Amino acid sequence: MKKLLALGLLSLLLLVSGCPDTTSHSQGVYMLLDSSGTYKKEIKRAQAIINYLLGTLQPGDSLAVARIDSASFSEKDIISKMTFDRRPSMTNQQKRLFKQRVDEFVANVKGSAYTDITGGVLQAVEYLNETGAGRKHILIFSDLKEELVKGHVRDFPIQLSECKVVALNVTKLRSDNVDPREYYKRVDQWKERVEAGGGHWRVVNDLERLESILAD
Amino acid sequence: MSLPEILIIWPGSPVLSLIIEFVIAILLLYLARGPAHKAIYSLSTIIHSGLRLMARSVLLGEKRVVERNKEVLLATGAKAVERLIEREFYRVDAVVKRDMSGYPALQHKLGDQIARIDEDYRESTEVPVPSPDWVKAVDTLAKLPSKGDSWIANILGEIHKTAQAQYKNTMEEYRKAVSVRHSLLEKMMPYWRRLSQTLDQVDKTIIGLHERSKVIDSRMAEYEDIRNQSEKAVRMLTSSAMTQFFISALVLLIAIGGAVINFNLIALPMSEMVGGGSYIGNFKTSNIAALVIILVEVAMGLYLMESLRITHLFPVIGHMDDKMRIRMIWVTFTILLILAGVEAALAFMRDRIAADMQALRHALATVETAEPVSSWIPTVGQMVMGFILPFALTFVAIPLESFVQSSRTVFGSAVASLLRLIGFALRLLGNVVRYIGEFLVNVYDLLIFPPLWLENVIRNREQHTEVSDIIVNEEVS
Repeated sequence: MKKLLALGLLSLLLLVSGCPDTTSHSQGVYMLLDSSGTYKKEIKRAQAIINYLLGTLQPGDSLAVARIDSASFSEKDIISKMTFDRRPSMTNQQKRLFKQRVDEFVANVKGSAYTDITGGVLQAVEYLNETGAGRKHILIFSDLKEELVKGHVRDFPIQLSECKVVALNVTKLRSDNVDPREYYKRVDQWKERVEAGGGHWRVVNDLERLESILAD
Repeated sequence: MSLPEILIIWPGSPVLSLIIEFVIAILLLYLARGPAHKAIYSLSTIIHSGLRLMARSVLLGEKRVVERNKEVLLATGAKAVERLIEREFYRVDAVVKRDMSGYPALQHKLGDQIARIDEDYRESTEVPVPSPDWVKAVDTLAKLPSKGDSWIANILGEIHKTAQAQYKNTMEEYRKAVSVRHSLLEKMMPYWRRLSQTLDQVDKTIIGLHERSKVIDSRMAEYEDIRNQSEKAVRMLTSSAMTQFFISALVLLIAIGGAVINFNLIALPMSEMVGGGSYIGNFKTSNIAALVIILVEVAMGLYLMESLRITHLFPVIGHMDDKMRIRMIWVTFTILLILAGVEAALAFMRDRIAADMQALRHALATVETAEPVSSWIPTVGQMVMGFILPFALTFVAIPLESFVQSSRTVFGSAVASLLRLIGFALRLLGNVVRYIGEFLVNVYDLLIFPPLWLENVIRNREQHTEVSDIIVNEEVS
């Protein structure tokens, strides 16, 4: 009788603990910072967004911040990346460390000659797929004007399935003011490229409404 | 060919065509009048009968539900009154055991006190020895006139002196006797007081018992009413069940509020234990774990109340022998105590995590924010709440039992009302269908009124002719 009872309890425990949820509820956020000459002065704003993300992301979520430079398809460009611990207390410590790294980067940031946004996006997709996050966000803090080093090939389709790509603070360049069609063309080109790759495209220029960045 | 063209049977004159069609239709309807009437009547009768049958079935069902409700209500009421009477008898038993068990001793004490008082009283009633009978004679002689004879005067003087001395002695003895009597009566006073107190005590007990017997009498009358299945008892029990239902629902709502607060108190720190990012289905594991803890506390509370025989939800526990029941009380209480301790610890942990999160938010905020007021009061408050709420939730068992018991009556009444309403609606619908049938027959006749009018005219003329023929025949004959 006792054996039966023990077996029943064991089965119940297995039933409760042995049915893991296969769908991932965690979020993965990869933020690309444009550090080109024209955009370097905007980096302080990006810092505020990162702080917002650190305050919003939950235990188990992943966050990575990388710079966009002349050749961004490289892990060397990642400023900081972390998958937060399941325990809130550990997560808080990790967030403090993350903030420290970002602060150091902002203090010592150097402008790059070229802007390889596509390389950065490719790197972001790789990272987010590795994290296994259920919701993937790529935040591009840039004017979206891509300038590639001669010889670098980037004009090919990107696989962005289930990724939400959000362009942040897409500033109008001086040339945009002369001909606004250039701005719209730039944004539309990226939209087409992202949607062609299976991703969702969105532009958030009003940084007062940060909660809309990760909104579904 | 379009539809209107089909209807035009007189080319070039649609109005004439329509009139011809109308006349043909009226004639056809007139010819089919009898079967059409029958068809309409049979259809309406079928629907009417069907609906009446349904209404009857529903009303029979309603009657059965009402009877069942009444049975359940009376059974529950009888059980409740039985419990009350049983409790009153227990109280009487306790009073009898407490007070009446000392009655032999009390009686003995009273007997002693009465015997002493009696003895003292007898002693106090003993009259002093009366003066001897010759004293009167001597006194009479002493008062005789001496008539100047000195010898006689001397004798009489001596006699008088003797009488005076005897009087003094007697008075002295009398005073002594009175004094002794007073002292005896004085000694009686405490006995009287004690006797009075003892009798007061007995009186109180008797009055208490008398009051209890009155309560028992009224409960017994109530019980008899229930046993006799009187309407008064049913009305009273229904009203009582309704009141119980609403009151217990209100208390349960308050308890749910307490459970929600409890949940919020332990959900965050649970994420520190089971992980903040893990999910079961669409729910966070930490939330489910917190909920499970609260539900376990409620379950333990139910068992504890059941073991204490305050509630009667689980007959298995109620039928346990006392030894086992007491063990169960201790086990459930210990589990509750442990859970309360765990909750207090979790509440403390919650406060620490919240403070850490607040500090991080301040560090992340770009604008300067005011330093939070550090105080131990919220921490202690949360810990106390965490410790008390599990015990407070224990008492959910009482309103839950009332709710479960009264909901049977309330829902039963609601079902009966609903069935009654459906039955009424079905009967109404049946009658409406029947009258619609009659109305359709009338409408039918209205449509074919020209031929009907002609038929009436011809029939009247025929009757008139027949009557005239009969009169002529009678005159001829």
